[in-house]
Order: sequence, then structure tokens, then C-alpha cells
Amino acid sequence: MNNSIALKSILTKEVQRFLRIWVQTLVPPAITISLYFVIFGSLIGSRIGEMGGFDYMSFIVPGLIMMSVITNSYSNVASSFFSAKWQRNVEEMLVAPVPNWVIVAGYVGGGMARGILVGLIVTLVSLLFVDIQIHNIWVIIATVSLTSATFALGGLINAIFAGSFDDISIIPTFVLTPLTYLGGVFYSISLLPDFWQGVSQINPIVYMVNAFRYGFLGISDVSITTAFAVIGFFIVTLFTIAMTLISKGIGLRS
Amino acid sequence: MTDALDSNALQISSLAKTYKGGFQALKGIDLTVKQGDFFALLGPNGAGKSTTIGVITSLVNKTHGQVKIYGYDIDTDLEKAKSFIGLVPQEFNFNQFEPLMNILINQAGYYGVDRKTAVVRAEKYLKQLELWDKRNSAARELSGGMKRRLMIARALMHEPKMLILDEPTAGVDIEVRRGMWDFLRQLNKEGITIILTTHYLEEAEMLCRNIAIIDGGEIVEDTSMKALLAQLDIETFVFDLVPHDKIIQLENIESRVIDNHTLEVDLSKKQSLNQVFEQLSNQGVDVLSMRNKSNRLEALFVNLISNKKSEKQPEKSTVVEA
Repeated sequence: MNNSIALKSILTKEVQRFLRIWVQTLVPPAITISLYFVIFGSLIGSRIGEMGGFDYMSFIVPGLIMMSVITNSYSNVASSFFSAKWQRNVEEMLVAPVPNWVIVAGYVGGGMARGILVGLIVTLVSLLFVDIQIHNIWVIIATVSLTSATFALGGLINAIFAGSFDDISIIPTFVLTPLTYLGGVFYSISLLPDFWQGVSQINPIVYMVNAFRYGFLGISDVSITTAFAVIGFFIVTLFTIAMTLISKGIGLRS
Repeated sequence: MTDALDSNALQISSLAKTYKGGFQALKGIDLTVKQGDFFALLGPNGAGKSTTIGVITSLVNKTHGQVKIYGYDIDTDLEKAKSFIGLVPQEFNFNQFEPLMNILINQAGYYGVDRKTAVVRAEKYLKQLELWDKRNSAARELSGGMKRRLMIARALMHEPKMLILDEPTAGVDIEVRRGMWDFLRQLNKEGITIILTTHYLEEAEMLCRNIAIIDGGEIVEDTSMKALLAQLDIETFVFDLVPHDKIIQLENIESRVIDNHTLEVDLSKKQSLNQVFEQLSNQGVDVLSMRNKSNRLEALFVNLISNKKSEKQPEKSTVVEA
């Protein structure tokens, strides 16, 4: 059994899926982010002044890119895997000799592909509003890759447990969006009172946004080493959970 | 390790499945299918057919028992065991929005078949199953019969040694069904072991050499088709007659006059059709044609299932008979 062919098949299928429906998957983030730039960057941002030593527009660009990456990585896998369950075409993989890690890697890879592609689109859109500087390209690449993998795994776990389409929108609406908005996308957490700074420390998105911002601007509210350790911890934990669920057939096998 | 040389394509021992909630779908069944066989697994709705197929194809977790596919135990060599099986499920389970070619090529990929080989096979099976013109269409655009054929093509993409078909001709018109029968016969001739569940008992009778009947999670019959049909004591024939105004009376033969040109006759194995022809001829009635009234297997099937039910509920039967 050639696992690389199976992995390539799942990845190809996943990428073809979101490219086939590009109007639903690639265009909305570009429009949404343009609105953020216009409203928060140009209109309100000009009155805010500098943040962390940079003009407000430059400050929020990394956070907005990361927000798009997180949302799209998550929703791609959650939506695709749940649809596969719902239409039962997930059985195509379950009856085949595809190892569980290949299924997980294939779907996560698909989520990462969409997250990173949307991130690139949003970056291009942001160039219309602001000059982007790059402090450390490797930190940018590592952060975006690991973050998209983390949330793709989260989307997969959500889809495994989901019993209806409502179940795959609950987590993004009630958990992901608040965590992202409170994750330092629009502000430096150093502006918060001590108590809320402490609370922010338990929000993993704070570490992802700040590591990403460090890659662009060279500033961060948290240590970069700690940020990568947190992201690494979440990837290992979520991968272990996803593998366990698929091995046991939770939500997949009777 | 395999003992595939024992010539069994499938060997099931003491297989049991109890679903959450306590429903016991399989109660320790034993079943063996030889390599190259064309095997029917029949049973009423809820008998345990789909659960059995689910366990074989790893879509259902068994409660206990052993399943070996070409000698490979699904507990210890699951991936190897899966590689021998092609599954045509009862429900359509492909992505309705994907083009046919993508569905087939992806499925081959899951079995490690490279894209170049997969494209060649997809063309071969789409042409054989008369779907080539639709190769770039989304699956949702196909008719019901086409979707069934697509699932057969998909199951063959990795060239399995054993093909399992769960109600493959459900809802398919007779012309397409007969075309599918020919195709399956040809696959079997080429050496593929075929296991078939169907509600069309005529289909099982025409295609399969061996048969198992499952009911209430238990195997109630496991034999050859010939041996099973030999159990049939009485067969009903329908005679189409030249319209007449005579009162037909057949001596020592159970018969029913349906109308002035149709007669039904029940014959036991010991009775000859010649007796019927002779008596009709003597009474001046001419026979135009003759046919079996119902599917013979159907009669046996109903008999076996109802026998089992009456065994289970002796008190109730007694009360009713009294």
C-alpha cells in the first residue's frame, strides 16, 4: 500500500473542493478584510494613532491575516469532513486501506492549504492599504503553518463530533470568534489591566497573533519561544485527540 | 500471517454485534464463502445483512467473533484485509458534487493506485458500464441507475478480489438490471468472488451458486442454490389457454380456474406436467403457453422465515390455530 498516493488523493480532493467553490471560500475573506482595513484602519485607525510604535493600520495587518488563516483553516476541515460524513462519502476512505494518520494529515493539509491561500490573498489586499514590512520571514512561515495546522485539527475534531450542520457553526461563532477578537488582533494586550492581561495568557490565539506580528514588525506581547511552545502543545494534543477519535470510529463507525 | 491458500475468500466465525441501546443485530453467525464463488446473502429487512457487510468492510465495529478475508484477520491485518474488498453499498455514498472521473481516480488513490493507472481503469469501467459520456458530469446529475453503476465502477478501481454488493439493483429498471447481471457474471467468470444481497430473489436465483439466509441475526440456511431449490415440494404453473366455455376438472391435481383462458396448477415433485396436458387435451382445451407463477426461491424464502418465526412463538401459533 502506497500511503503517499492515498495522502495525495485526499489532499487533491480537498484542494479541488475549495477551489471549485472559490466564490464561497476565497472571495468573502478578501471582502471582509477590505472592510476591516477601511473601517478600523483608515477611518478609526487614523484617530487612534500609534500602537506598539507602529501606525494602527500596520499594527493590525498581521492580526487580520492571522484571523483569516484561523477561520478558514478551521471552517474548511469542519465543513468538508462533516459533509463527507453527511453524504457518507467518508466511507470511501474508511473501507479502503488508508491508515488513520493519512486521513488526518490529508484533511489537515487541505485546511492548511485554504488557510494559507486565503492568508496570501488577504496579504495582497492589505498591500492596497499599507506597506508591509518583514522582520523575520521564517517566523512568519512557521507561525502561519503551525497555526493553520492547529485550527485545521480543531475543525476536524469538531466535524467528527458534529451531528448536524448547526454543530459545525457553534464553535466558530461562540468560541473562535470571541477568542480571536480578544486575542490581540486589534490591540496590544499590554494596554489591558493586569487581571485581563492574565486572562489573555490562557487564550492560545494571543500567542499565534503575537508570534505572527513579530515576524512582520519585530514586536510581541509574549515571548516567541513560549508562543511556539504553546502552538506545539496544541498541535500534539489535538492530533492525538483526532487520531484517537478516528481509530475508535467515534461518529464514523457504528 | 495469512492462510489464504485455504481457498476461502471470507470466513466468519461466531460473529456478534450488539448496538448501543442493546439491539442484538448478529447473534454469533458462522459463514464461509469460497474463492470465486457467486454468493447470495438474503434476509428480510433488519435481519442483519447490512450489519454483516458493515463488519466485513470495517464500517461497523463487531462485538465479538472473527472475520478473515483471504486469510487475513481484520483484527490483526485490517489494511491488508481491506485491500481485497470492493464495496457497492446500498445507499449512494459519493460526493454528489464531484465529477465521475474525480470520484473514481480518488477512490483508486485511497488504495495506492497511481493516477496514470487510475485514469486508464476509470475509462475502462466507465465505458463498460455505459457512463463514459458522463465522465465530467457531477454525480448528482446522474439517474438512479447510473449512480448504481458508478458505485460498481468505483468498487472495481483497485481491482479487488472480492466484490460485495448490497442491494445493487434496487430501484433500477429491468433493462439496466439485466445489463448489470451480465456485467457481474463476467466479473465472476474473471475470478472475482461476489457476495450479493438483494431483495429481488429472482436475481439471487439467476446469479448465485451458493446462498445463506439470515434472519433475526442468525443464519437459518447456508447451502447451495441447487440444494435449496431442491427443497421445494410444490411448484405453481400458469397455463394460458385458448378461450373456452368448458368446466375444467383435473383429477388428482390441485388447480384453480382464474378466467376462461387462464388456469393455475400446483404440482408436486412426483407429478408430471404431461398429466396436465393429457387431461386438458382430453377435455378439449388447448394450451397456448405455460410459465412458472412465482419465483421459486421466493416461496422457499417465505417458508424458511415463517418457519423460524413459528418456532420462536409456538404458544401464539397454537392459540391462533385453536
